[in-house]
Amino acid sequence: FVKWASTIGGHNIRKILIANRGEIACRVMRTAKKMGVKSVAVYSEADRNSMHVAMADEAYCIGPAPSQQSYLAMQKIMQVAKVSAAQAIHPGYGFLSENTEFAELCKQEGIIFIGPPSSAIRDMGIKSTSKAIMSAAGVPVVEGYHGEDQSDECLKEHAKRIGYPVMIKAVRGGGGKGMRIAHSEKEFLDQLESARREAKKAFNDDAMLIEKFVDNPRHVEVQVFGDQHGNAVYLFERDCSVQRRHQKIIEEAPGPGINPEVRKRLGEAAVKAAKAVNYVGAGTVEFIMDSQHNFYFMEMNTRLQVEHPVTEMITGTDLVEWQLRVAAGEKIPLMQEEILLRGHAFEARIYAEDPNNNFMPGAGPLLHLSTPPPDSFTRIETGVRQGDEVSVHYDPMIAKLVVWAEDRQAALRKLRYSLRQYNIVGLSTNIDFLLSLSGHPQFEAGIVHTNFIPQHHDELFPTKKATPPEVLCQAALGLILKEKMLTNAFRDQSNDKFSPFASSTGRRINMCYTRRLSLLDGESIVDVAVSYNQEGSYNMQIQDKTYLISGEIFNEGDSVYLRSSVNGTVCKSKLVILDNTIYLFFPEGSAQIGLPVPKYLSAVSSVGMQSGAVAPMTGTVEKVFVKAGDKVQIGDPLMVMIAMKMEHTIRAPKAGVIRKTTICRSHLGGSNPDTHNGFHCRIRALAELLRKIAGGLSQRVVVMAMSYLDEMAFQVWLCLPAMVHMDQAGVQCSWLYTGRFQKHALQEDSRTPAQLDASQDRPDFPLQILLELLTLHLSLTLIFSEVRKK
Amino acid sequence: MRRAPPARAYHGEAVAAVGSRPDAGSALYQENYERMKALVTRLQEQAEKIRSGGGEKARKLHTSRGKLLPRERIDRLIDPGSPFLEFSQFAGYRLYGNEEVPAGGIITGIGRVSGVECMIVANDATVKGGTYYPITVKKHLRAQEIAMQNHLPCLYLVDSGGANLPRQAEVFPDRDHFGRIFYNQAVMSSQGIPQIAVVMGSCTAGGAYVPAMADESIIVGKQGTIFLGGPPLVKAATGEEVSAEDLGGADLHCRKSGVTDHYALDDDHALHLARKAVRRLNLQKKVDVTIEPSEEPLFPADEIYGIVGDQLKRNFDVKEVIARIVDGSKFDEFKALYGDTLITGFARIFGYPVGIIGNNGVLFSESAKKGTHFIQLCCQRNIPIVFLQNITGFMVGREYEAEGIAKDGAKMVTAVACASVPKITVIIGGSYGAGNYGMCGRAYSPRFLYVWPNARISVMGGEQAATVLATIAKDQKAREGQQLSEADEAALKEPIIRRFEEEGNPYYSSARLWDDGIIDPADTRLVLGLSLSAALNAPTKKTEFGVFRM
Repeated sequence: FVKWASTIGGHNIRKILIANRGEIACRVMRTAKKMGVKSVAVYSEADRNSMHVAMADEAYCIGPAPSQQSYLAMQKIMQVAKVSAAQAIHPGYGFLSENTEFAELCKQEGIIFIGPPSSAIRDMGIKSTSKAIMSAAGVPVVEGYHGEDQSDECLKEHAKRIGYPVMIKAVRGGGGKGMRIAHSEKEFLDQLESARREAKKAFNDDAMLIEKFVDNPRHVEVQVFGDQHGNAVYLFERDCSVQRRHQKIIEEAPGPGINPEVRKRLGEAAVKAAKAVNYVGAGTVEFIMDSQHNFYFMEMNTRLQVEHPVTEMITGTDLVEWQLRVAAGEKIPLMQEEILLRGHAFEARIYAEDPNNNFMPGAGPLLHLSTPPPDSFTRIETGVRQGDEVSVHYDPMIAKLVVWAEDRQAALRKLRYSLRQYNIVGLSTNIDFLLSLSGHPQFEAGIVHTNFIPQHHDELFPTKKATPPEVLCQAALGLILKEKMLTNAFRDQSNDKFSPFASSTGRRINMCYTRRLSLLDGESIVDVAVSYNQEGSYNMQIQDKTYLISGEIFNEGDSVYLRSSVNGTVCKSKLVILDNTIYLFFPEGSAQIGLPVPKYLSAVSSVGMQSGAVAPMTGTVEKVFVKAGDKVQIGDPLMVMIAMKMEHTIRAPKAGVIRKTTICRSHLGGSNPDTHNGFHCRIRALAELLRKIAGGLSQRVVVMAMSYLDEMAFQVWLCLPAMVHMDQAGVQCSWLYTGRFQKHALQEDSRTPAQLDASQDRPDFPLQILLELLTLHLSLTLIFSEVRKK
Repeated sequence: MRRAPPARAYHGEAVAAVGSRPDAGSALYQENYERMKALVTRLQEQAEKIRSGGGEKARKLHTSRGKLLPRERIDRLIDPGSPFLEFSQFAGYRLYGNEEVPAGGIITGIGRVSGVECMIVANDATVKGGTYYPITVKKHLRAQEIAMQNHLPCLYLVDSGGANLPRQAEVFPDRDHFGRIFYNQAVMSSQGIPQIAVVMGSCTAGGAYVPAMADESIIVGKQGTIFLGGPPLVKAATGEEVSAEDLGGADLHCRKSGVTDHYALDDDHALHLARKAVRRLNLQKKVDVTIEPSEEPLFPADEIYGIVGDQLKRNFDVKEVIARIVDGSKFDEFKALYGDTLITGFARIFGYPVGIIGNNGVLFSESAKKGTHFIQLCCQRNIPIVFLQNITGFMVGREYEAEGIAKDGAKMVTAVACASVPKITVIIGGSYGAGNYGMCGRAYSPRFLYVWPNARISVMGGEQAATVLATIAKDQKAREGQQLSEADEAALKEPIIRRFEEEGNPYYSSARLWDDGIIDPADTRLVLGLSLSAALNAPTKKTEFGVFRM
């Protein structure tokens, strides 16, 4: 690559602005640094101390946390580009990366947009247009009928043309409602009728479309690259079939089980697609693939994808470098026949989310973060460091772990090995889930499809077993040794360093010291009786079994390790003790052991809690068992709510008399009888918001549910009153608003459904899915009035 | 333990180690080992019984009220995992006939709380409701004495019904009785030795003064009570009916009376508050001696069993014992060639400097003069002295009396009495007659005095005493013109020997608090280290000797 490194093509790009954040911003800067190109970062107020700001040569603040006011604020970003004299803007992925307007703006301002021409973005952004273009260019597309003529005959005719099985889908549909599969002509009409009935009921519209039905399809995509000289190449395919919430979590290249002939056809089809729109730069052509390896064009992503590193790993390329060169007007660095596929690469996306809670995204501080040591075959693409926070404002991805090896089996082994070394404390992550996913026999066999997680749900989510006593012993040992470390630290500061009182031997006169330790394994308390032996080992008794434990704590790199011997079996684990939790990371998994909070510490925090029953999570109220005046005992069920498809019983936190029950399903602007101070002002702010929206809709709106994202933000689920009456059990059509409070006033950030739909905060997350999730997840905020003390 | 290189360890400056590898295969060693081991095992078994306090029923009742057992309280009060130097576990052992008072109903000892070495005095409410027997009072006072001598903050974990009424006469009136507890609190407070009380149960009558006299006091809500007269007494006196909680509970004392300063939710909270209280004492231990890195002895401690055994008549070399106690088995002997029945020399224990005085036989004039010289050196240099006592006494006989052994012995006794450096005595064998004085027996106020389970303490050996009494009887018979038959003599001697044996037993001694505890010989190094560490909390005092009769 030496010959490319000095100057770049027609334009001389010496400085680029990266209009993004997180790992991709860091990723782009790394290549920029390598090429001697200066990098300019932009950041929102929430990202002031983040890694991408620290990595950049220059950084500019472009506004408050909401991306609408920062990372999506084109004018502000353009301003920074001018002030910093950057010649080009790299949009990363998400945010402005596929925004035609922004690409246009760059063009007008004479700044290079590192991406395809705006026309290509526009063409590929509209699904029907892109399909038409592809179809015309000879790229296979999923056959379908989207016509106006809704007569049974016409639909049936088209179904026949497309070929069975076909999918009958409501035009307004989503989330599986109004959707049927017809396997043969015989059952077509029955299924059609059924789909129409459901659609009518749900959306008040029974218009249908017909599409080829692909059973258990795979998601295969091809990396393509075009230049300004009319060249286009492909860099082979990636398989991204395994998804949750319609988002990829594990990707690999090349696609497993795809033979060279299919690979070539895939690549050529993709190049055809790229050429059809005069594509320039990095792009991805997505296909769905059936079990016979027939593939159909789905869409083209006109940006660098999250999962581009797996392609880089198997082709030995740096796609960001290519992007910069091509943007500068150079030709694609390699010819098609020079691009060779070597080995196999995996990428696992590490997210702040709770797989056991339907992959609910999370946020919070990364109190402890340690990664496998990066090398040329192990890449850690991240934008956060230990101590950073995963913000509620942006995508909850923490990192991408990319590994490469000679073949798939070796790469998978490496992936699992590295995942185990990726240890995070502070928020829930999907690491354990990624481990069970990548260890699933079907995954190992390369039998992947988009339905993988639902199909293997039971194996992927094994019921949590009690922590083995050996592990509890190690947790206890970790705790004791940590104490010892603190005692030693104190001792070393004093001028009385050798006093036996300063030791942690637990020595007693004529007796052995036995200490009762209580540990929390999930919800259950486990008592461990720890006896201090004279030679420094411990006997630990759990129930009626005794274990002989010894060990030590030592540092390796930035991490603290525990080497422990349990009845002679020695094992090494990473140890993190934070607040009241002990985290142990073993080569074969991890454990999280709590310490019961002493009454005197928990008392303060529980004082406020004691006055009411609190929903464990957001959900909808199903049943209320009590009414004002009822006497309840501690633990009596008060109500049942449904959340996460499960019933949750809310019980009385203490004995008392129910003063009143209030379930907040108040009408627009309606009063709220609650006296809770903080909530009261929020309700007022919410009423304001609703008035605004209602003005636009000129309808009365009912608040169905509301939940708080954090101190400053809430989500509210609204629907029209008519719909409530129509279907009490499950309202299908409703709107979600996200609002933010600032000093009790609403910011302008509250978005309409349309805006929300267009929002790029969560790129692969269409509104309909959001709404569907919400019907399940969002709580009817229930304010259960004080249970008065007897 | 971490082995740090010793300071100033230039080549050629290493002190030769004492001690030798014993012939572990010998019959004598093995017999000694087995017999001493048996004594230690018995000691541990007895201690284990005492640990359980007032029995299963009382413990159940105690814990069912949400209270922690006294030893658990101490475990949670002191720094986690740190040692606790407990005193006189055998106080009250077989002292009151059928009435068992395990550990004297009170647990005392030194432990580190928030990094500060403190005297902890904890009532055991499972033993007779925590009431004060005479031995309980004595043990409480001894703990205060230790605290006072060594400048240790006192933490009283109070849970006691007050004086044991049936025994009030032995508990209440005398100088060293109940009232002395509060006297000591006042005096210690005046000397700047902090007094902290944690009321974890009842605190009745006289007991009410423990928190009331304390510098700072903590009380557990709905559990601790303080009143001069309990509800029954109030009813008897005034007819007023009142609950214990209303009469003297935590709410009353924290909100209204101000008798207590801090309100705890439960035992754990109270102990947490006590730890915080110690933390804000603003105390820093200033050690006034040089400290060198500690080293383990070269020989295993349990070899002492095989070397010493339980037969007091058998001689052993005390230097072998020293080799198993001091840092690196390094012992710098003083006057090795002079008066060699008394071994003197310098060493370190857990890095602290000590002068060690041990017996290798009966004391002669030279040994006594050597001992006196050595004690003067230690006092001059501010080096604590450890006495390893195994002494049959001073040499008797015409020659020795003529030599003035009484005068030379007196020199040593004077030196021992006046030395104000910390003195710690361990009775490792016999302790007889004036030897007990010269080797710093209880009467000479060592800061700490421990005994091994093989030890015997009496004015003379049982055998000798019986012989003396038999001789007197014989002489008397002779004056009457009669003869004492062999059988009569044996019959006369037997009960005397038995009585001396019983009364010279360490359990007998410890039950009466003539010492601070029976210890496992193998723990000697640790106990001495802990005691030295505690003793060095007190500021140095200049020694002034009395008249040495020349």
